[in-house]
Amino acid sequence: MPPKRSVKRLPNLNDQKGGGVIRPTSSSSFRTSFLHMAGLALLDALALWLVYSLLGNGAGTAGILVLVVTGLVNWVFLSDRFYPIRWLTPGLVLMLLLVVYPLVFTVYVAFTNYSDGHILSKQQVVEQLQRRYFQTPDAISYQMTVYRSPEGGFLLFLQDPQGNTYTGTEEQGIQAYPVGGEPPERIGPYQKLSLAGTFQYLTELEKIQVSGEGFQVRITGPNKARQALAKYTYDPDRDLLTDNETGKIYRPVGGSFVDNEGKPLPDAPGFTAVVGLDNFRRVFSDPQIQGPFLRVFLWTVTFAGMTVLLTFSVGLLLALVLNDNRLPLRTLFRSLAIIPYTIPGFISILVWVGLLNPYYGPFSLMIKDLIGVSPDWFSNGTLTKVAILFINTWLGFPYMMLINLGALQSIPMEMYEAAELDGAGRFAKFRYLTLPLLLISVGPLLIGAFAFNFNNFTVIDLVNEGGPPIVGTSTPAGQTDILISYTYRLAFAGGRGADFGLASTIAIFIFLIVASLTAFNFRFTRQLEEVMR
Amino acid sequence: MTSISETGQTKASRKEKIGLRLFRSARQAARFNLFLKLLIAILAALFALYPVAWIFSAALSPSNSLVNSRLIPVGASAANFVRLWSDPRHPFLLWMWNSIKVSSLTAIITVSLCALAAFSFSRFRYRGRRSGLLAILLIQLFPNTLAIVALFLLLQQIGKVPGFAWLGLNTLGGIILIYSGGALGFNTWLMKGFFDSIPKELDESALIDGASWAQAFVYVILPLVRPILAVIGILTFIGTYSDFLVARVMLKSAENYTLAVGMTLFIRGQYTREWGVFAAAALLGALPIVLIFLLLQKQLIGGLATGAVKG
Repeated sequence: MPPKRSVKRLPNLNDQKGGGVIRPTSSSSFRTSFLHMAGLALLDALALWLVYSLLGNGAGTAGILVLVVTGLVNWVFLSDRFYPIRWLTPGLVLMLLLVVYPLVFTVYVAFTNYSDGHILSKQQVVEQLQRRYFQTPDAISYQMTVYRSPEGGFLLFLQDPQGNTYTGTEEQGIQAYPVGGEPPERIGPYQKLSLAGTFQYLTELEKIQVSGEGFQVRITGPNKARQALAKYTYDPDRDLLTDNETGKIYRPVGGSFVDNEGKPLPDAPGFTAVVGLDNFRRVFSDPQIQGPFLRVFLWTVTFAGMTVLLTFSVGLLLALVLNDNRLPLRTLFRSLAIIPYTIPGFISILVWVGLLNPYYGPFSLMIKDLIGVSPDWFSNGTLTKVAILFINTWLGFPYMMLINLGALQSIPMEMYEAAELDGAGRFAKFRYLTLPLLLISVGPLLIGAFAFNFNNFTVIDLVNEGGPPIVGTSTPAGQTDILISYTYRLAFAGGRGADFGLASTIAIFIFLIVASLTAFNFRFTRQLEEVMR
Repeated sequence: MTSISETGQTKASRKEKIGLRLFRSARQAARFNLFLKLLIAILAALFALYPVAWIFSAALSPSNSLVNSRLIPVGASAANFVRLWSDPRHPFLLWMWNSIKVSSLTAIITVSLCALAAFSFSRFRYRGRRSGLLAILLIQLFPNTLAIVALFLLLQQIGKVPGFAWLGLNTLGGIILIYSGGALGFNTWLMKGFFDSIPKELDESALIDGASWAQAFVYVILPLVRPILAVIGILTFIGTYSDFLVARVMLKSAENYTLAVGMTLFIRGQYTREWGVFAAAALLGALPIVLIFLLLQKQLIGGLATGAVKG
């Protein structure tokens, strides 16, 4: 007898209407809900600490993002409506912070000049400039007496030509010393130093900076100091920087302060600024960048395309061979052919680099025996490309063999029988039956492999670090660099300085290409249908 | 008008003729064909094994140098392994341990987050479910390595926050964080598919017995989906173990290197003279992954063929 369904109403799991969402059984005990709350409170405390510190470190966007995400997490966990979302939350939070945010931030950086020399924010640069001073011939000079505290701090006792006295420390700056007169033996914890004692600390004293309002005191001798005036004044309202020494006025333009003629402020660091499409313009019109970019782009496409073609051909040939069940030791051959696939890429690539070593590498020596010369794999661009494609074919053919074997086995034998009845020969069967049927099922995976190799940093960097270098360019591009390794070199490989802005711009080009490939792939596979289930 | 049988016959006889030109009988042609296939299979096996054979021979050879190395070494010795162990310039064991730590933690985090998400997608119906699934797939199509510059700057910022230095640049925590960002993705789909195949009646009956959803998840579903958890965990482990770019960018000091970054130190400068030590390291470094693959071939290859390409 079937169980009586009416006794207890089953929760309707497939109810699409809003009201039908299964809620947690409200019988959840006090203890569990207390634990929930405690956990959430702990998380919030941590998050707020993170937000506070991020904001303090000038990472405003990241801080606000963490704040917003924390708010959403709280909402999800406090409202019953979002019960199913709770299960997704941990994964989604990580995804937001480490995938979505970096992608958005990359787009932002692509529109800035963020690079070595433009790392600081404008505020930081202004603060740095405001700490610069210059000396005028008519600067006030002081008679100075130095005091030292037991902890090693210094205090300067200063007397100007008019007889006014001041004390100066690094922390407190210059303060009037109203008592006046001759320097006392002690001021607070500070003990007066004799002239000889001052000499002893002269190197330490040269480093200390005692500033007053718009000026700084420079120590010029063991008992002498002079005033130095602030070199720059910044007017935040008009956003102008004035050079007090020359009287010139500078405006912030494109990440540096420039004068009326557009000349940048000498010896000043640049700052990060939004520069609009400048980076994109550089990619297309700066001959120093445009040339290498085009070469890199073409090689990226060639590399990915050739890799897919080569690995697919070898893999298909092998799959056809291994699909024949008359072949002896079939499983053994299959297992052996999978081996390249099982070894982590970074290891086998490095092994190949050794085997290809032009002087001692056994593989190169073997070629030398055959053709008389040992190919110089790593200093000739074309040969490096050949080496890369060769190694990548070795790495990739087992995968292609596996997927082709799977696809071959799914082609019904009746089709071949029908073709034979129609008189198709071996070649015709392959050309008109096997290959088209194979491509239908393997096609999307080929596009996937293309997209993967499009960003295959490992093989490019490990074989020859993208080299040999392209000569006559202002960017660190190599002849075998692909877009992703070019991005890496622009941003992180020292020598010519990091250019995060340009690197992010190149990354955007990769986004666009990967996106169009993906769109194409989706039309191919209808993978999306699964969502509609 | 020619009849079908006629056409068939002419074609067949023509085929026979071609066959006759080279072979005395069709059986012989088939035998030649098989011989050709065997030859290709042997060549492919040799191609696949060539570098592997060299790793073995170089690692076991008494000599450390690439110069005059032979495929069949003169005598075998563990000298290169001893050198690998004792040379402080390349703390191989530390790198290997770092790699294993990073890969297993990433695998555990990925599997846990993925299972939670798959449970939600498989068992609940709510607004935004479809678009959520779709969004996860679309976003993950852009590997976060493309945003490597932004990730570098992000870790730099996180590292400056007091108390969070262990997630900053040059830390294993930092790269685990980056790898875990990719937890939800194609894996969620694979897992959701598997969850869907577990009858809903099972968790329904648990709910009726008074279990909460959390209890139904832990005690009913999880034991049933262990196979897919294992597959995704292992695939994540392998993928993380093999990653080079993120580790290369984020890790700065040798004691924090993963094996992928550490191994590159061998090819800087002294490569030809340290060939034997390098081979010993390569052998040991590849071993865990090769073993996993060979032991779990059947289970893994299904997952691989439907999804990612291994690097």
